[in-house]
Amino acid sequence: MAAPLLQVRDLRIEIPTRRGVLTAIDGVSFDIEDGEILGVVGESGAGKSLTGAAIIGLLEPPLRIASGEIILEGQRIDSLPYARMRTIRGKKIGAIFQDPLTSLNPLYTIGRQLIETIQTHTDLSSSKARDRSIELLREVGIPAPERRIDAYPHQFSGGMRQRVVIALALCANPRLIIADEPTTALDVSIQAQILALLKRLCRDHGTAVMLVTHDMGVIAETAHRVAVMYAGRIAELGPVREVVKHPKHPYTEGLMGAIPAMGHDVDRLNQIEGSMPRLTAIPTGCAFNPRCPKAFDRCFVERPDPMVSDPSQVACWLYDKQPVEATHG
Amino acid sequence: MAEATALVEVSNLAKYFDVSKPWLNRVLERDQRQILKAVDGVSFSIPKGRTFSLVGESGCGKSTVARTVVGLYQPTKGKTVFDGVDTAELKSRRAQRPFRRRVQMIFQDPYASLNPRWRVRDIIAEPIKAHGLLSGQDVDDRVDDLLTHVKLTPQDGAKFPHEFSGGQRQRISIARALASSSEFLVCDEPTSALDVSVQAQILNLMKDLQREFDLTYLFISHNLAVVYHVSDWVGVMYLGRLVEWAEKRTLFRFPRHPYTRMLLDTIPDLDMTGRERVPVAGEVPNPINPPSGCPFHPRCAFANDRCQAELPKALPTAEGTMVACHAVEEDRLPLEDRKAVPVLAGADGAAGV
Repeated sequence: MAAPLLQVRDLRIEIPTRRGVLTAIDGVSFDIEDGEILGVVGESGAGKSLTGAAIIGLLEPPLRIASGEIILEGQRIDSLPYARMRTIRGKKIGAIFQDPLTSLNPLYTIGRQLIETIQTHTDLSSSKARDRSIELLREVGIPAPERRIDAYPHQFSGGMRQRVVIALALCANPRLIIADEPTTALDVSIQAQILALLKRLCRDHGTAVMLVTHDMGVIAETAHRVAVMYAGRIAELGPVREVVKHPKHPYTEGLMGAIPAMGHDVDRLNQIEGSMPRLTAIPTGCAFNPRCPKAFDRCFVERPDPMVSDPSQVACWLYDKQPVEATHG
Repeated sequence: MAEATALVEVSNLAKYFDVSKPWLNRVLERDQRQILKAVDGVSFSIPKGRTFSLVGESGCGKSTVARTVVGLYQPTKGKTVFDGVDTAELKSRRAQRPFRRRVQMIFQDPYASLNPRWRVRDIIAEPIKAHGLLSGQDVDDRVDDLLTHVKLTPQDGAKFPHEFSGGQRQRISIARALASSSEFLVCDEPTSALDVSVQAQILNLMKDLQREFDLTYLFISHNLAVVYHVSDWVGVMYLGRLVEWAEKRTLFRFPRHPYTRMLLDTIPDLDMTGRERVPVAGEVPNPINPPSGCPFHPRCAFANDRCQAELPKALPTAEGTMVACHAVEEDRLPLEDRKAVPVLAGADGAAGV
């Protein structure tokens, strides 16, 4: 079997501070296959955006990758020099961020930005690059791209700007797109359009997408597999249908119950008491233990690593099938 | 929905904003005055102890309705009757006082709506003191009581807002809104800035408080699932108008207006029935130059000549929905029963409307 497109192995991201080193991401491992949409979901501060930033090599110092490997098409990319990483970013990995207005340069027409990106990564001539830009804009659903190409970002609406950002990410036909909350700033009807567009592009080009979002609904609608993150670790990773319908980790279970559902009359929503711990105060053992209704002795002492619970992986002692001695033996 | 016991009655409310260029530019560039009709002819009423929700996309005027109802904006037309009194007739500050005490607002951003230099105790005590409701030790006791009600501790009163998380700050906002023994709370996207697990905490708290104090809510949100959870009645707004409103189960099961159907279709399908969604093309038009006739006609699959020319009036349907649509009126739009609305995982037994 061919190796997955992207492999993240035991990734650990640290923030050195005056009061010691904080661990923002700890022991995160996952794969993304060709053409697959992997959803990464979690609440604010769970570390989902950091994971994305680490993959495209855009961690802001003093954040640093402390250990672990990121392997793209068999090549390690986590320790590449800046200049080498620049050739991969954009060409092999595209990025879409939450706020389309800050991802675009307000002083340049979108055509100029598209052409510049295309020429950075390919050796097309200016006129060819312009044709390709128009083609890309048409593909992402911008009406009359021949005329719109010379417009400035402020002349577009939010949804159209996000389409331009997607076109930019597609310029060099990347193998992987990191989409960090691509629809959070948009209205629901526009969100539906953008998600449909992402799905179609993924299908047509075989591009893999890592979709980072806090919205379980977006994941359910779009992704093939989902990783649920909590306090810098993956709590549960599995096929979307399985995670949504039969959540295993108590956090995922709580999260699914907390989402109001339509046509489902409940008087009270399930609430997870408390809030996610700060990085300075991650509890020992399982990070979820203070909020977990099912926590038992072991959860307060030992930290669970993801364990296989077919077809998912769950980092929870409830799913530990082996006796305690055996895991240490 | 004109029930005899309506606590709040809004009739034909309109709020226009003058967004013209300055006078000199208008003269030099021969521009006309430009009027933005943020809200145009909205009517609804809310019985005591109930929740009426307004949903719609950004720019549809739902927040403007909220601000006009509480009196932060003067309505251009129409009136708001609160407990039998037309609020426009309350001219002096003195006359407005009882209204101001009984109506409070909760805002979206709990970071911006609390004064960062004040201690939480002072923030919550402010309405009590401003209305001269209590004095001395009684104020402190009342603040402690309110903090306990919103599931914070009396010790939290000594802290500053920055020491709290978003959800806790929203609890403080709710405590402040309740401090003056208010009866009607206008909540403008109170949970939009919060994570889902925290959102669940706040929505549960709001429901508990509603039961305990017989509160009436006007709830503004763009999230249909949240609206379904909290509301008794739901109104759908589009470009400053209510296009459809009904009791929530009726609205979600028998949506009549094409826009309501479109909104319902955009909700991500957590049940993963594999339903292929058809995203509606187009975006909300610029409200400064709204389309002629029905404002939704450029995006509507059922639009005809009449829709382009004539503004539809809200008419009742057999299901008890009020809907402003020519296609529904002319019976061109068949009734759809959306019994199979998405149901959440793990709750299959408790499903059904």
